[in-house]
Amino acid sequence: MVLATLALGTVIGVVKLRRDGRVRDVAPAPDGLTEADLGAGLGERATLVQFSTAFCQPCRATRRVLADVSGIVPGVAHVEIDAESRLDLVRRLDIMRTPTVLVLDSSGNIVKRASGQPRKEEVLAALAGAVSHGSSHESSHNPDEM
Amino acid sequence: MRADPRALRFSAAITTVILALVLAAGSVWPLAATVLLAAQALVFALGAAGRSPYGMLFKALVKSAPKETEDARPPRFAQGVGLAFAVAGLAGYLLGITPLALGATAAALLAAFLNAAFGFCLGCETYLLLRRLLPAAKLEVPQ
Repeated sequence: MVLATLALGTVIGVVKLRRDGRVRDVAPAPDGLTEADLGAGLGERATLVQFSTAFCQPCRATRRVLADVSGIVPGVAHVEIDAESRLDLVRRLDIMRTPTVLVLDSSGNIVKRASGQPRKEEVLAALAGAVSHGSSHESSHNPDEM
Repeated sequence: MRADPRALRFSAAITTVILALVLAAGSVWPLAATVLLAAQALVFALGAAGRSPYGMLFKALVKSAPKETEDARPPRFAQGVGLAFAVAGLAGYLLGITPLALGATAAALLAAFLNAAFGFCLGCETYLLLRRLLPAAKLEVPQ
């Protein structure tokens, strides 16, 4: 039983290591997030929404990554939401753990999602997708410029 | 309050060994398992109160300062979760409910092992789930 438990732990650990922070596509949904939901303005081109709790070690590192990215890429806002004080949003978006990061396009539609601490390169790649998605009608915006 | 992450990993490793012993003794030598699990429950209680004996042992053994520290509240909350499982397991041993005894101990062992081997704190991650289920509950650990 000891060995079975440790074997199970190893499997869970390896799976988690591989999946943690992976930025995934989100199926298009009619209800995006509004500025009223966020309590903050949407970024001109995209918004990185981070759900955090005080009880969360990787949230601090995630904050650094996202702040960094929103500093590098023009028109991208970083909004951090305290999950405990916004349990309404947590339930609506089915957020199971922190940090969870959502990538919104310019109109607030959720296009990507990552649970766990995401890697910077993956966030940048996701943003490239979000920006082209949100501004597909504007030919002047070229996502390659990122 | 800040915690030394190395001390937390060290504590998780000792906890893993103790809980593995409890589980191995299990039904073969229930008295030893019960005593050991009671001792670990006490350690969890002290840890939840911010007085982890394993952490103090680490501090006594390793003098160097940590490169970075982390918030002490999540691991303390997780020690509280560990305590809940240890108490459930203890109740199982004392009342002769073997599936409860082994199940609760195995769950605690799994969490301790994930923390020791991979640095994942399951207790910390369940916090938001608990808050979703019990929005009104006060789960704050005093600073």
